[in-house]
Amino acid sequence: MDAKDILGLPKISLPIPQEKKSRPQKDSQRKPDGISREVYALTGGVAPLMPSIDVNQLKKRQQPENEKITWEWLSFTNSARKDDLKLYHWVRVVNGTPPSGDYSFAKYNKSVDVIKYTDEEYEKHLTDDSWTKEETDQLFDLCERFDLRFVVVADRFPSSRSVEELKNRYYSVSRAILIARAPSPADVSGHPLVKEPYNISQEIDRKRALSMVLSQTKQQERKDAEILSEAKKIMESRMAAKAAQDAELAVTSNTSPEGMEKTTAPVETASPSNVQATSGVAPLMSMADNAASAAASLRMLRVYLRTYALDQMVQAASSSAGLRTIKRVEQFLQELKVNLKPKVPTKAVCAEHLELRKEILTLLNLQKLLQNKEEGSSYREGSYTETPDTPKDRSFIPDSVSFGAISTERVGKRDQKRKGPGREAPSSPAQSNKRPRKLKATDS
Amino acid sequence: MARVSIPTDQNDAAVEQSDSTPPHQMIEIEDEENKSSTKKIKDLEICVPIAYGTISFWLGKKATETQSHMWTVYVRGATNEDLSAVIKKVVFQLHPSFSNAMRVVESPPFELTERGWGEFEIAISIFFHNDVCEKQLDLFHPLKLYSEVEHGPLSTKKPVIVESYDEIVFPNPSDKFLARVHNHPSVIVPRLPLTLNLPHAPMEDTRRGDTKDHPHGQWFNRFSEADELLKLAEARQQVQNHIVKLKRRLSMLEG
Repeated sequence: MDAKDILGLPKISLPIPQEKKSRPQKDSQRKPDGISREVYALTGGVAPLMPSIDVNQLKKRQQPENEKITWEWLSFTNSARKDDLKLYHWVRVVNGTPPSGDYSFAKYNKSVDVIKYTDEEYEKHLTDDSWTKEETDQLFDLCERFDLRFVVVADRFPSSRSVEELKNRYYSVSRAILIARAPSPADVSGHPLVKEPYNISQEIDRKRALSMVLSQTKQQERKDAEILSEAKKIMESRMAAKAAQDAELAVTSNTSPEGMEKTTAPVETASPSNVQATSGVAPLMSMADNAASAAASLRMLRVYLRTYALDQMVQAASSSAGLRTIKRVEQFLQELKVNLKPKVPTKAVCAEHLELRKEILTLLNLQKLLQNKEEGSSYREGSYTETPDTPKDRSFIPDSVSFGAISTERVGKRDQKRKGPGREAPSSPAQSNKRPRKLKATDS
Repeated sequence: MARVSIPTDQNDAAVEQSDSTPPHQMIEIEDEENKSSTKKIKDLEICVPIAYGTISFWLGKKATETQSHMWTVYVRGATNEDLSAVIKKVVFQLHPSFSNAMRVVESPPFELTERGWGEFEIAISIFFHNDVCEKQLDLFHPLKLYSEVEHGPLSTKKPVIVESYDEIVFPNPSDKFLARVHNHPSVIVPRLPLTLNLPHAPMEDTRRGDTKDHPHGQWFNRFSEADELLKLAEARQQVQNHIVKLKRRLSMLEG
């Protein structure tokens, strides 16, 4: 409002400045009696001071000035009714003339055209071994009454018949009548009943399959998904193998089958190259064969990048490791001043990199194992009481000092993070304070 | 891998945590064997080392609002050899603000030069000749116009170049492809068994598609695997030493 003053603009008629004044007023104002305070607060407490919606923005209702509208209580007829019942309702009368036309809801009174056959037609075309004329008549009557809702019809049918049987009878009768009544077969060949007759056995199977799917337990679902994915893999590998076979040299028989992991995929072709190709994607791989399966799946590709291959192999190698372990491996690599992703990923470099990672994993596992063993054994391991906290030299801590700093250390629960002066990298990746462990990579 | 026979009655399967004290030697060799067995299976694979990336020059006085830099995105052989023996065409997908954002380069050198002001990610799709591979290979590279050094001086002489080294691997090359390129300098083919009788492919026509004399050649990185290999070998040695020490300690605990 001050801005408007400065600019010299006229104030709007809306009472904005009053808001501030009325807020302290609100507290002193008592709520109206009879309504609890909270309920009244829902409406905003005191009546809103300014309209939340600008009334001018709302659309104006088209109030036709020239017409006179009245509402009258008039009777009406419903063409959907068979009797002449006259009911009354309010009617919007314009300029004295009531509206014309049928009752607006009459058009919704639809029903199904159930075919009616004569007795002769029945004798000629519709006799059936398992159905008597009486039953058929009853069926058709029920169908008409219940608008072809076969579930209801089946319920009401005097003799017990399944829904499929009823449907079958109804549709076959209708179809026969249609064909019989048609002047020529060509006329009705477009009719859906004639084109696609009801197939009762198919329907029974379909419904049974549906109910089986519905009643599948979670476990079954999972199993099905697994089997489907395995089947897909087999299909893909077979197709890839066929393609690979076309393009392969004859001399690839040097592949050694003994390196291949166990496979359950049946191999039709006898060539060793195919054995190598299909068995590489065998469905039942154990965890330990991840590396081989990764390598095999790479071979399946027609082309790939070395960096991609390295990623796959690294993933396969660390598949059994948790996220923390992977982080520790990467930290280790950094301490060793090795790039996490090689700058020059040639075949040799990638191989070395992979091997290094695997070795680090082994090392970490060994560390963990050692720690467990040391914790498991008694606290009073006398030979390991040297304080490992003070490195005398920058080189790797000799064996006599406990690797995972047990006994005395554990009592103190000291954090093992240490930054020696002059070292470029932090010396220990202390992950948890509970088990102080340290590992220093030496400067070479 | 040579297998040293240890004259103790060891269980062959025991690798890491064996009850008896295995000498360090055995474990290392066994480990290497396990690792190398996966190497043995590698088939005849053809490898094409490439370098791809962008190089961008600031236009200095001639720079305008919308065209402050002239940059080139390219795919070249890592040693600047001619890639057209392997690559049929390269498609660079630029930012949609460029007209005809999909640029196709069908002859070497596989590169594209443009002027612009913004940095974005370029999608590079490499298409190979029919006898090489039907599938395309997709790479991505972010275009860098400004150097990492913040508020560094902009110079028209020194470009900002970002290159990545990678190798395209064809694990199951077709006969035709192999015959065609096994002598080509852009391609690395492992030593073939002597029984393989490949026709000597004639050198393709004289149009040079290599990038050895590229105008920006002076800025190209020379990727050398030697440094990395050295570093890796050192690291592996260290790790192996650690492992050995740990194993000794472990065995002492148990023994």
